[in-house]
Amino acid sequence: MPHRTFIYFILPSLLSMILLIAVPIFSAMTQSLFIAHKQVVMVSETCDPFGCKKETSVDAEATANLRVKEPLGIFNGFDTYTNRNHLATSEIIASWNVSTGWKDFFSQIMNLPFYKALAFTITYTFVVTPFVIILGFLIALGVNSLASWVKGPTIFFSLLPMIVTPLIGSLILFWMIDAEGILGSTLQRIFNDNSLSLKASPVLTWIMLIVYGIWHSTPFAFIVFYAGLQTIPHETLEASMLDGASLWQQKRHVVIPYLMPLIIFVTLIQLMDNFRVFEPIVGFNASANATSLSWIIFNDLRGEDALQLFGSAAATSMLTIIGVGILLIPVLTRIWKEFNSKTV
Amino acid sequence: MKIIKILPLVFAGIIIMGSSAFAKCGISGGSIRILANDFPAIHAVLSAAEKCAGGGVTFTKNTTKEHRNIVVAGLTANPAEFTSAVVANSSIVPLLNDGLIRPLNDLVAKHGRGLKKHQLITINGKIMAVAFMANAQHFYYRKDILKKAGVGVPTSYEDVLSAAKAIRAKGNMQYPFAFNTKKGWNLGEEFINMYLGYNGQLFKPGSPEASINNSKGVATLKMIKSLTEYSNPDFLTFDSNATQALWEGGKLAMATMWGSRAAAVLDNKGSTPEVTSNTNLASAPTVGGGSTPATTLWWDGFTIAKNISNKDAEATFIAMMNGISTEMVKSNNDAAVWLIEGFVPGKAATGVSASASAGATPYPMLPYAGLLHSALGSELAEFLQGNESAQQALADVEAAYTASAKEKGFL
Repeated sequence: MPHRTFIYFILPSLLSMILLIAVPIFSAMTQSLFIAHKQVVMVSETCDPFGCKKETSVDAEATANLRVKEPLGIFNGFDTYTNRNHLATSEIIASWNVSTGWKDFFSQIMNLPFYKALAFTITYTFVVTPFVIILGFLIALGVNSLASWVKGPTIFFSLLPMIVTPLIGSLILFWMIDAEGILGSTLQRIFNDNSLSLKASPVLTWIMLIVYGIWHSTPFAFIVFYAGLQTIPHETLEASMLDGASLWQQKRHVVIPYLMPLIIFVTLIQLMDNFRVFEPIVGFNASANATSLSWIIFNDLRGEDALQLFGSAAATSMLTIIGVGILLIPVLTRIWKEFNSKTV
Repeated sequence: MKIIKILPLVFAGIIIMGSSAFAKCGISGGSIRILANDFPAIHAVLSAAEKCAGGGVTFTKNTTKEHRNIVVAGLTANPAEFTSAVVANSSIVPLLNDGLIRPLNDLVAKHGRGLKKHQLITINGKIMAVAFMANAQHFYYRKDILKKAGVGVPTSYEDVLSAAKAIRAKGNMQYPFAFNTKKGWNLGEEFINMYLGYNGQLFKPGSPEASINNSKGVATLKMIKSLTEYSNPDFLTFDSNATQALWEGGKLAMATMWGSRAAAVLDNKGSTPEVTSNTNLASAPTVGGGSTPATTLWWDGFTIAKNISNKDAEATFIAMMNGISTEMVKSNNDAAVWLIEGFVPGKAATGVSASASAGATPYPMLPYAGLLHSALGSELAEFLQGNESAQQALADVEAAYTASAKEKGFL
């Protein structure tokens, strides 16, 4: 295709990507380099239904004047990235000097909010993604071999977990696993332990969130692999059967290589989506036990009483983008190599 | 013919007289737009204020639990999205910080003659809000369960612990106590209440530096931990709706809950007569041998926005004065602990009045109190799960608060 036609072809997508992706990212990056102006405080006599006393309050006019002069705030450079709520470089160096061993150092790092969130996010991503792919593949194989009159309804039911809105699905599960709910009390009866509560222990909460994540994302992998299975040429399969390949060898040497582009595609999407895990944490009220990078951005922006920390949220967003980029490097290099080898 | 000619004039005259008859409350016109929290007492006030609508006066209200997330943005716009915001001690602070509400001295002089002095929230002589109800977390107990366990009514949290131990020992209830320990704002509030019960100082005097990492802070955390041992293990998800539901379901013998829940807890809906008739209210318990109840006093009141026309401001003030009139209080006496003339304290008000007369501290109206409150709410959960020591938890809170205060420009 001549270059000119290509440019015209992708121009609409390019424009919308610049407007809706590049510009907001640039704006967030700029925001992450600034912090709010100093608040000018004064002491005043405050009277309320319970008495009068001298209290500190903000001098609204003086503070507003500062803001009008420099609306973005004070330039902070990369200090927001290295402060305690993010990479916490000075806290880590301090812990390294005082800690008594690897375990102590590790637990002190886990005390920092960003690293705590990162630990859960990475665990969630690297446990949910392989399970989703394997389960999705097995379900696709299973559904493919069903009788045709059963296939339709089975596909419908297998897609349901993905169609349910994440917030609603997780909320309903949250009520079911409550100690008074049906799943919670069944588990208590099975393990014969009346104080067993999935919400109380961090380990159980993490397991619950990961199980929910697998349940919710498997239909996506299933439907992609199922569609791919329909395109496998019958001749190659029949040839392998004639050559005496067992069922497992057929899968390994014919089906999986054919589906490899789809497997890479699903891995890519799952890695990106799972790294941004957020709705289950809100739906399960699990923020006491598990936080993720997206959750701490939400917490900074929630803004009750106008206490929004825009610079902090922007810095965490940038770090999340860098994290996703790092995760995708292996997959992208593989695609790049394949692309290069094909053009040769 | 003459009659037919003057008929339209007659009709016009009737219509004009009719519409001016609809200008109720003496408001000539204007737009009233109110933002408030969502609970029954607020609904009572706003329904009474809504009676002023009609005849050139438009009235809209937005009652939502998320009001604190939208109030600053709503009032910063010019003209403001809302002409009045119903606020409390903590939610008025961002409006004061950003200069979003107007002083009410002239409006009070003109239309607020019936107001009592303690209803006026003044800062340096300027009236910034008119309060109409008080609230506080206080003690609720089931007199039948305490009697069965053979314990008296606890007056301190140490008494609460021994009463809970006795109730559990007798096999009556495994988890007899609950309070609002949900991670976040609720947990922070419980810490602040308990810490002030130990007479602790949240900040160094006159400075935004936090000072909670001391022996009183450690004692506070230890007391909260001991109390959670008598709570259902899911206590980190308990907000006020959850504790009220547990109480009405008969699952608790003692609890610390908001006074504004009293009317709902004591009514005939949502619970059994056994629970409702045996529920008693008392002042918040003291702690650590002190005499201050371990709770904070809150007021709710209305403010008038700055970025609106004077006509809208006056119309809104008159409507809200109607909303907090003595007639409204007489028909909704038990909905809240009203600060208004004509309120007769009933059973639902005993807890808040008792806490106030026992000398409880009001929640601090400091510009940086909210940041410390958030830091407490997020960092204390780990200590309660047994994953870190009290000193470490308090150091984490101070570090988190310092980082946010630096970012907001207080330090």
